[in-house]
Amino acid sequence: MKNKGLSYAYWAVTLLMLAVGAVGWYWRVTAGHQMANYGELIVWGLWVAMYIYFIGLSAGAFLISALVYAFGVERFRPIARLALFTALIALLMALLHIWFDLGHMSRFYEVYTRPHFYSMMAWMVWLYTSYFVLLLFEFWYETRQDFIRWGKKPGLAGWLSRILAFGSKDLSPESRKRDIKVVKVLGSIGVPLAIMFHGGVGALFGVISARPAWHSGLYPLLFLVSALVSGGGLLTAIYAFIAPNRGTPEHSSLVSDLGKLVLGLVLLDILFTFAEYSIALYGSIPGDVAPLLQVMTGPFWYVFWIGQVGLGMVVPLLLLTIKSTKTNAFWVGVAGLSIVIAFVGVRLNIVIPPLSVPELKGLVEAVPSPRMTTLYVPSTMEWFLSIGIVGLGMALYALGYSLLPVKPESKEA
Amino acid sequence: MPVVVNQLENAIVRMMDDLERALQKPPSERRWGMVIDLTKCVACDACTVSCKAENKTPPGVNYTVVIKEEVGTYPNVRSTFLPRPCMHCENPPCVDVCPVSATWKSEEGIVVIDYDVCIGCRYCVTACPYGARTFDFGEFYTEGTPMIAPYETAPTFEYGEERTRTEGESPIGNVRKCNFCVQRLHEGLLPACINDCIGRARYFGDLNDPDSLVSELLRERYSFKLKEDLGTDPKVFYLS
Repeated sequence: MKNKGLSYAYWAVTLLMLAVGAVGWYWRVTAGHQMANYGELIVWGLWVAMYIYFIGLSAGAFLISALVYAFGVERFRPIARLALFTALIALLMALLHIWFDLGHMSRFYEVYTRPHFYSMMAWMVWLYTSYFVLLLFEFWYETRQDFIRWGKKPGLAGWLSRILAFGSKDLSPESRKRDIKVVKVLGSIGVPLAIMFHGGVGALFGVISARPAWHSGLYPLLFLVSALVSGGGLLTAIYAFIAPNRGTPEHSSLVSDLGKLVLGLVLLDILFTFAEYSIALYGSIPGDVAPLLQVMTGPFWYVFWIGQVGLGMVVPLLLLTIKSTKTNAFWVGVAGLSIVIAFVGVRLNIVIPPLSVPELKGLVEAVPSPRMTTLYVPSTMEWFLSIGIVGLGMALYALGYSLLPVKPESKEA
Repeated sequence: MPVVVNQLENAIVRMMDDLERALQKPPSERRWGMVIDLTKCVACDACTVSCKAENKTPPGVNYTVVIKEEVGTYPNVRSTFLPRPCMHCENPPCVDVCPVSATWKSEEGIVVIDYDVCIGCRYCVTACPYGARTFDFGEFYTEGTPMIAPYETAPTFEYGEERTRTEGESPIGNVRKCNFCVQRLHEGLLPACINDCIGRARYFGDLNDPDSLVSELLRERYSFKLKEDLGTDPKVFYLS
């Protein structure tokens, strides 16, 4: 980052978030799930929502990198590496969230040792594990030669690059050609894999016939579209705000092209969301309608109207179509940021309201427990731990950004 | 209507005889089922309490509950009661979704959980259309009082395994559900809720045995199952 003040502020916020997260982590480890506010009716809460949020960002960022690596869309080449790196960090944040959500964190390995492949969750875990491995390899082949070159640098960056080069020394153009080929193959395998695993996350919800609001064939597709929108928004914002070549015509032209991509994706997302809501509302099946009414008119109406619709649709739509803002890197970045913020709400609204409708009428009243409630607000422990995980992601991102060869490329560099 | 249903003592004796007969068969030839007579339920919650006592379930964890509903407007009102244990579906949606095969339908037709395998992801809780699964958050009723009451920390014997609830160990952090008191069944005892129903509204037995009381009731009376349209094929039947 060029601006020292901003950099200090970033690290101050990140360290504060990590400190808050340490408290949340301590609570979670010592008191188990007792301090969590999800309950017997709404059994999944903030962490599951954050999990699908970050996994969406990861899949979206990856698919955008695949535009370059698999499909050869050279226009976006400058951000391709950063997109891969973003996908890695976001995936890590997603997995941490879902790990803390488990009742028995130490047993996570069972999903590998005794998977039940009739379960969408088992599929999802196996697919994102494959995706994680693929990401690591793709990233390594893409950056291998830079690791070797950076290994000559003094200090931490050089040391890290020497380790990450894993003894590779070949800087010949032939080996670079081979690397490019490998990356193309991995990127091409990654496309169906990312579609399958993120579509699979949507299917994880979609197959649940007990929750009519989830049980829709549109779910896997809706998840893919929202992954692309949120991932696209994130990359646009990152590139618009931190690229080293800010202020050059090259930078603003790429930002505004990214804006066009995001605009198309936002429109697609509006179409999908409208289809999902309108069909369910018209059908008027109570179990289907109740969660949607909860989303639109319940106590958290603003998450939908201000977040999902306002920040996620209206703001980017305006900023990306008005002539003076759509060519201005700052405003296109704001549009991306607005989407990134809005999608936290989208994810919360996917997980929580459909669970808040009791499976049988009168069930809530029949169980005398404060955990049997239709209203869920995340507890301090849940917030703290989530903030900590986001802080960790921000720390890793900043470290990686300054220590690894991931900076957006520009002609001058 | 068969005479025996109205003779309170005989129903229990008869069901225990049914049970003994069923236990002599190989497990795969039994099909445990429950029949609940809604016309006799008075919503006293004796079943809820006896289940709590048998399985020492913590706050929030309820294997069986009685759903009470008021129908009509005053003064033309009546109350309806619906006891709801686990339905032990023939096609349990909760079993399908478990990522680690920690829950399955046992040979004798009981949907069971292996507490030592369950990772506590709660996916099955979302998949159950009857709200029959609950998560053990590790709480105690008498927490915050000078002493946690001994009855809360006494061992339980679910699935024939002795366990004491301690933080970090199963069943805390697990999903828990009604298992037809399988630990009692195998000792020749009826599920706790069947024994303790004050109105003799609950019946239990082997659905595969045409001579069992439950089979007889289902032959003679009109019965229905909850959410039959979902294709879960519950093994809990309601008489009305």
